[in-house]
Formats: sequence, structure tokens, C-alpha cells
Amino acid sequence: MPTLEIDGQRTEVPDGLTVIQAAERLGIEIPHYCWHPGLSIAGNCRMCLVEIEKNPKLQIACNTRVADGMVVHTTNEKTKTAQRAVLEFLLINHPIDCPVCDQAGECKLQEYYMDYDRQRSRFPLPAKVRKKKAIPIGPLVMLDQERCILCARCTRFLDEVTHTSELAIYERGDHCEIELAPGKVLDNPYSGNVVDICPVGALTSRDFRFRARVWYLERADSVCGACANGCNIEIYHREGRIFRFQPRQNAAVNQYWMCDAGRLSYRDLQGEGRLTHPLVRGEDEFLPSTWSSAIGQVTGRLGDLAREHGPGSVGIVVSARAPNEEIFLLRRLGAALSARIAALSWSPPGAFHDDFLVKADKNPNTEGLRLQGLVPDGEVDQLLEAAGAGRLAALVLHRTDLTAWRDAAVVRAALERVPCLVVLDTDRREASEYADVVLPIATYAECDGTFTNHAGRVQRFSAAVSPPGEVRAGWLVLAELAARLAGGEPFAGAEAVFAALAEECAAFRGLSYSALGSDGRPAASAAT
Amino acid sequence: MAERLLLRCRDIPDLRRLDVYTAHGGYQATRQALTTCSPEQLVDMVKASNLRGRGGAGFPTGLKWSFLPKQTAKPIYLAVNADESEPGTFKDRVIIEQDPHQLLEGIIISAYAIRCHTAYIYIRGEFALGAERLEAAIAEARSAGLLGRDILGTGFDLDVWVHRGAGAYICGEETGLIESLEGKRGYPRVKPPFPAVHGLFGCPTIVNNVETLACVPHIVLRGADWFRSIGPEKSPGPKLFCVSGHVERPGTYELPMGTPLREIIYTHAGGIRGGRKLKAVIPGGASMPVFTADEIDVSMDMDSVQKAGSFLGSAGIMVMDETVCMVWAAFVIGRFFHHESCGQCTPCREGTGWLEKVLRRLEFGDGSATAADVDLLLNIAGNMMGTTICALSDAAAMPARAFATKFRAEFEQHATLGRCPFRPVVEPPRRHAHA
Ligand SMILES: Cc1cc2nc3c(=O)[nH]c(=O)nc-3n(C[C@H](O)[C@H](O)[C@H](O)COP(=O)(O)O)c2cc1C
Ligand code: SF4
Ligand code: SF4
Ligand code: SF4
Ligand code: FES
Repeated sequence: MPTLEIDGQRTEVPDGLTVIQAAERLGIEIPHYCWHPGLSIAGNCRMCLVEIEKNPKLQIACNTRVADGMVVHTTNEKTKTAQRAVLEFLLINHPIDCPVCDQAGECKLQEYYMDYDRQRSRFPLPAKVRKKKAIPIGPLVMLDQERCILCARCTRFLDEVTHTSELAIYERGDHCEIELAPGKVLDNPYSGNVVDICPVGALTSRDFRFRARVWYLERADSVCGACANGCNIEIYHREGRIFRFQPRQNAAVNQYWMCDAGRLSYRDLQGEGRLTHPLVRGEDEFLPSTWSSAIGQVTGRLGDLAREHGPGSVGIVVSARAPNEEIFLLRRLGAALSARIAALSWSPPGAFHDDFLVKADKNPNTEGLRLQGLVPDGEVDQLLEAAGAGRLAALVLHRTDLTAWRDAAVVRAALERVPCLVVLDTDRREASEYADVVLPIATYAECDGTFTNHAGRVQRFSAAVSPPGEVRAGWLVLAELAARLAGGEPFAGAEAVFAALAEECAAFRGLSYSALGSDGRPAASAAT
Repeated sequence: MAERLLLRCRDIPDLRRLDVYTAHGGYQATRQALTTCSPEQLVDMVKASNLRGRGGAGFPTGLKWSFLPKQTAKPIYLAVNADESEPGTFKDRVIIEQDPHQLLEGIIISAYAIRCHTAYIYIRGEFALGAERLEAAIAEARSAGLLGRDILGTGFDLDVWVHRGAGAYICGEETGLIESLEGKRGYPRVKPPFPAVHGLFGCPTIVNNVETLACVPHIVLRGADWFRSIGPEKSPGPKLFCVSGHVERPGTYELPMGTPLREIIYTHAGGIRGGRKLKAVIPGGASMPVFTADEIDVSMDMDSVQKAGSFLGSAGIMVMDETVCMVWAAFVIGRFFHHESCGQCTPCREGTGWLEKVLRRLEFGDGSATAADVDLLLNIAGNMMGTTICALSDAAAMPARAFATKFRAEFEQHATLGRCPFRPVVEPPRRHAHA
């Protein structure tokens, strides 16, 4: 392991690291545009020039490997002069667009200009090279050629990660421009990532553009729930609304990327159909109810029916959309009611998937069901059959709309015959029309919890926004139901539920929220 | 030097034909190298000769060859740089068109020395005749058993392919050349890795200039000591000088390395045309710093020219007499590099355009030029130097800086007058935004 010195700090780093990476470990950010840890090294922006003693010329930190005894200066006069020069060169042909540019606030050109340059322009405005602006180049992406600093991050992503090469650099010198390749449209399933990696406002999101200034947004770490891959994400939100998802780095899961479907799936979390209050069936129609009354009704009826009709008379269907904590509490509830529990993991047939990130399983927690001993899709049909035959006294549907996922006519007939139907869900769907009580619960953006991805990695998400109306976290509702029916202490939070799960279930042994951290950990059975 | 070697074509008619070439001792060097030398011995011989690259950088050829990995499962390639695009340079072209077998011999021997079985000649697109002549020579050599399988019964195989460029100066830079050969945009690569380790198609590759390789057969026949004895020991050998501009006899001259610049201009090229006065000389192609008339007492070898503040480069000697406006000359050169920057690196992409703009307003006076523009030029040029992927940025900055420093008064005069004090010149068009 070579030892080197950067700005007076000595450090020992693994062989093969570049100076920019070694500096990062010391908390020193060497300014850079073209370098991206997930892409090949282009070395073209020249923003990362640093002085390395014994070298007559400044070297680029992104393509210089560390060596023993190296002495690096990232802030001395020589490097500062070079940084200022590069920024000046970048700005001479850059339009004065910041007030109307959607990148403002997260633009590396703005940021470094403020940090390293702050010089007046020596270049007359009319002399700037003009290029094309606001060109839609795909369903998600808008291109402004004038703002492009030609770092080639986007082209490298499309060449090296998606292998689709929709964009290329044309022309030469200061007439170079990013442009679609002839006959192509930027519409691969990962197109949105180019917006994230573009350091300036040349590539912006057609979905997010002009909807909010980024400096007003808050963010929360989360995990995409749109498929079993569990890409790590950040949720950008403000005042209870989600504005966008962006990938969060996780080397073991999604590296730096996410798919477009996942990126846009935030819309599904705040659709028109959100349930906002507990609902209890009156004579003909649902009546909004209070939580205490709704919970009272559910526990009362389920308890009575289970007692009356004996073991197996209550059915529970839990879908692979439920977090691990909710599955655990449903199992507790099921035990108290001697209920039959069926697990459901349904995805549209023929759904898009590939060998990169996107999985055919569109549920975030199918593996979580398995690890708690539930076989996805094992018993759903028997349960429906029992219900249809009048052999089921009560049915609890948790985050599932059976009507959409099984033969709708069969489901409808079955649901109609069940004397007591309890639905816990985020949105109003067809199944809730047959329910006696509907309990509105939070999306994964509105509560804490964990999902286990396809590879058995347990990953945390945390509440980004507060749920609408009277909506409560699923674990909270289930914990109360379980406590009333099975007794025991209430849980202080999702973390405590997880702790109980880890205690009880071998696959989760040794795990806790703090052990999972922000990157997640493999479940025990997945690790072996 | 009475005897011409590299330019034997000037003395022997039709030397480009294989029969003529062999009648004058052609391919003896090849036979000798392949039958009596091991590859290692040849590398050592070239090292001992002190042959340095003729493409512009003057890198020791034997040393470059020795950077190839000793053990590799990958094929080793030789890429012959026949792009010759440096303004003021026309030496490789003579060899290619008039004496292609000399080059082929150099390629065969060098390929054998570096254990290469496939060589590519990357030839400048405009050299249509050269490409034709090379193809013809390759065909002749192939049917004579001098190329292809089992060359001269020695068991050595070599194929040579001609690849024509498409008109970009930057494809003469060795890694831009490699990218272009691979069918990509001619973007120079970041180094490391260097081509000797990771070159064409990711395989070890040697890039050598045409004239460099043409020296190799002569070294084989006459020995390293002979080669080293011509001119200064550290940068020796016969050398082609391209003299252009205001001289009586412009042309390509073969002279010993180290011949004084004054002698080349006044003796060989016949002095300044029309009895005018010398004003400036660029010694090594458009990218190299200019000399004033007072600076021409310099030996034309790599180290001496460098000591005098410029570079031998491609040995393109561009002579300017007293009628030439130095701002205009700097502008023409600046415009060329602006047009040829590949556009990858920020300082080069933006700096070349900026230099051209400042030079343009000084020369063609839209009235916006000021005396401060001279310092601005020097500052821009300074910021462009030593900070980029390839040397084109320096190649653009060095001449601008040299002209503005050495002819500062003339630059300032342009600014104060608001126009060019020399004969009126027509302003060449600006590039269109979407040319
Ligand atoms: C911008 C640029 C253009 C170049 N053009 C040429 C060229 O046209 N021909 C050439 O032989 N070398 C050219 N070179 C030099 C090559 O990069 C390389 O050094 C040379 O081909 C190596 O061969 P040598 O060692 O035999 O000289 C160029 C270099 C640069 C930076
Ligand atoms: S569009 Fe953005 S990512 Fe692509 S080259 Fe330009 S600045 Fe870089
Ligand atoms: S691959 Fe799956 S988890 Fe990742 S972003 Fe897409 S839908 Fe979400
Ligand atoms: S220095 Fe200029 S020509 Fe060379 S790679 Fe950089 S931009 Fe291209
Ligand atoms: S970050 Fe190193 S050159 Fe761009």
C-alpha cells in the first residue's frame, strides 16, 4: 500500500487508486467534470490538474495512479491558476443562462466558478459560438448544446453502460457539439441517468424541468420499490410532495444508476386514487371513520369470527409490496387468529426486464416473503377457492388488489361471499369496493422499513414525506391490530419491529437498522 | 553530404519500381537483417545508432521499441505514421511517392525487430497518389516474396495494409491515429497507458514516422557507428529538410543532421527570393516557435534547436521575408490550429478559438483591438501549454507566443493603428456555427 501526501496530509491507500480517489478518502475534493467513478477515464476537462512534486507539468488527478512517496498539492498557486484558466476557457462560449437554466443550484460550472474563479469575463459576448438549444432528444431528456462542456460523460455512459450509443460528439474544436446519432432517439430504459451525470444544464429532465428549484427541495435516502432489484435512491421532496427520484450509489446493487421506469415510479406514490381516511362500510356506502373506531371494528370482528369458526377460517393475503416489518406483524396477527396466510408476488406477464438492473419481478420484497417462510403465490388460489365456496369467514388483503392479479370474475365472486373483508392499502382499488373496512396505509416514501431485494440484500428506506390525510404507517396499524388480538407490548417504531423480526427469524439474525446502514446487508441465508 | 540516401530517388529514375530498386541494391538490408540478425540484435543496433523519431517529437526509436512487453499473448502492431499534415512539411511524401520500397524495407526490418506481423500505413487522405504508389509497391513486394508468408524463406510473416485518413491533422498524433485506424473519431488518448503497452485494438503498438523507418535499412547496411557519425552524436543521421516560403529554391533537401540553418537557407535553398531581407523563420513546422532573422545561426539538430528556444519538429523550415506581416502569419497559423483541434480538452478546444479571435481583430481591425490584446494573447497561450491530452494545444500556443513576444512592437502597432500596417489583406471567412 503506497503512502502519499496530499496537501500536507499523509495517507496510505490501496495500490491502483488514482490521486482523485485518494484525495476523496481524505475528504479533499479535487474539482472535476469529466471523471465519474462509474465510467472510463476521459481526461478531457482538465479541471482536476494538480501539482505532483518532481513533475515539471501539472498532472490530471483522475488519470494519475498513486505511487509511494508522491507529494500532491491541490490548492497551491500553480493549481489554482490552472483551475481558474480551465474555468475561464469553459465559460467563454457558455451562454449566460443561469437564471433560466434548470440546472442552477446543482451545476458544477456555477459551483466551481464561485469556488475557484470569480473573475470578470475577458471575452466579448457577441463572439460566443452559438449552438442549438432546448432540443428534446428522447422522452425524458432535453438537450441544450450551448451549455454543454463536452465532458463526454453522457456519451461514455451510453457507450459503456447501456451500449446503445444514441449520443455522439460531432464537429471539431469549439464547434464540437453533442447530438443524436443519425436515426436514433435517446429512449433506452436507462436514459434518465445522463441527466444525473451531466455536470451542467446541457441535459435536463423533461419530467423535472422547471417544476422546482433544487435548492428548495429536501432529500431522503430510500430504495426504489418498482422492481425486485431495489436500486438505492434519493427522494427529492418538498412540503409533502415528491418531485423526483435519483439513484444513490450502491456498488452491490445499482452502482450509480437506475432505470427510467423506476425513476418515474414516484408518480405512482402520489396518484389520484390515494386513500386518506379509514373507511367503514355503512348501509350502502363507505363512511369515513376514525382510526380507533376502524381498528376496533377490525379487531372485534376478526377476533369473533376466528373464535366462532375455528382455525383456518380467517385468511390473510400479503403481497410482495409489503416491507419486511409488515410481513412480520401480519404473521403475528395470523398466528393470533389461527389464520391461513397466503403470499402473493405478481408481476404483469412479459414485463420488461434485462440482465442489468431491471428485474421481471416488479415487487420490491418477494425475497422478504420467502425469508419469512412464505411461498409466493403458494396458497392464494386455495384461499380464493375457499372464499368462493363460502368456507372463509374473513379475509385480510394487505397491499394487494387481487382483482387485478387473478381472474377478476373469480376474485369478485370470492370477495363477495366473504362475510368480512378487511383491506389495507395505499390506494383505492377494485378490491376495496367489496371491503367492510379499509385501512389507509403509507407508501414506502412515507414510512420507515426494509425491503429484501432479489439477491437477498436487506435495505432500509426512511420516511421522506408525511402521509396524506389520516394515513398511517403500515407497521403502526398492524402492530396495533396484533397487540389487540395477540397481546404484548406496542412497538416504538419500525426499527423495533425489525429487531423483533431479527430475533425471531434466522434469516435476519444479527441485523438491525444500524447494521444495515445506508447500503444494506445480505440476509443470513442469502449470504451463505 | 555528397551522397543522397533517403532521396536516392532524385538520382535514380523510376526507383519506385521494384526491378529498378533491386537493381540498385534494394532489399539487401532486408535479407541481411532477416537472415543474420535476431530481433534483439536489431533493436540494439537501432538503439546504438541513436536514431531519433522524425515525426516531430524526436524520441529515441530503439528505446521506444524496447518499451514493448517482453512477453505478450497479444499481437504486436506497427503503425506507420504517413499522415504528414504539419504545415510546411513535405518530406515523407517524397519517400512515399518516389521510393516506396525504401519505406517497405524499413517496415519489414522494423516489424521483424519488434516481432510484429501486421503493419498499417496510415496515410494522409490527400495523398491519393502516395496511397496508389504504396499499394503498387506492396503488390510487387508480395509477389516477389518480400511480404506475406515466409518472407525470403526465413519463416517471418508480415502483412502491410494501407489505410487512408480523412483529412484531420489530429490523426497524425499517434493515439489519434490509432483511434482512427480502429474506425473511431480521431481523438488522442489519455496517457498512460502508452501505445507500446495498450495501442491498436488494445494491443502493444509502435507508431513510427515514415522517415524514421526509412533510416532503418541504411543503419542495417552501414552500421550504427556510421549513422552516429553523421551530425551530432545525440541526434545523428541523414535528415530531410523541407524549405518553403520566400527562398529562391524551395524544396526537400537531404543534409546531415546539424547543418546550420543559415547554410540551408542561403546555400542550399539559394537565399531570399528577389534579394529581399529575411524577417523570420519557423524551423520545424507551423507548431514550432519562430526565429527572427538574428536567430538563424543554429545547427539544425534536435538538441541545438531546442537550446535555441524552438524545436526541430518536422524540419519544415518556413522562411518569411520583410514583406510578411507577423500578426498575419500568427493568425494564419492560429486559424489552422483552431480548425484542427479535436475539441476534447477544454484549454485547447476553447483556447485555439480564442487565440484566433484575438489575432483576427488585431490583423483585420474591427477597431476593438487594444494594446492589452498582446498580453491577453500571451496569457491565453500560457494557459494552453502543458495542460492537455496531446501536444496540439502547445502546438497552437507556442507559435502565437513566439510571434507576439519576438515581434511585440509590430503587434502593438496593429492595435494602435487599428489595422494592419502591411499590404491590405483580405480577411478569410470565419467558420460558420454549423460548418
Ligand atoms: C497534433 C500532432 C500531430 C502530429 N502529426 C504527425 C504527423 O503528421 N506525422 C508524424 O509522423 N508524426 C506526427 N505527430 C507525432 C506523432 O504523435 C508521433 O510522435 C510520431 O508519429 C512518432 O514517430 P517517430 O518516433 O518515428 O517520430 C504529431 C503529433 C501531434 C501532437
Ligand atoms: S451533454 Fe452534459 S454530460 Fe454530455 S458532454 Fe455535454 S456536459 Fe457532458
Ligand atoms: S431497476 Fe428496478 S429497482 Fe432499479 S430503478 Fe428500475 S424499477 Fe427501480
Ligand atoms: S490537446 Fe487539443 S487536439 Fe489534443 S486531444 Fe486535447 S483538444 Fe484534442
Ligand atoms: S476530471 Fe480529470 S480531466 Fe476531467
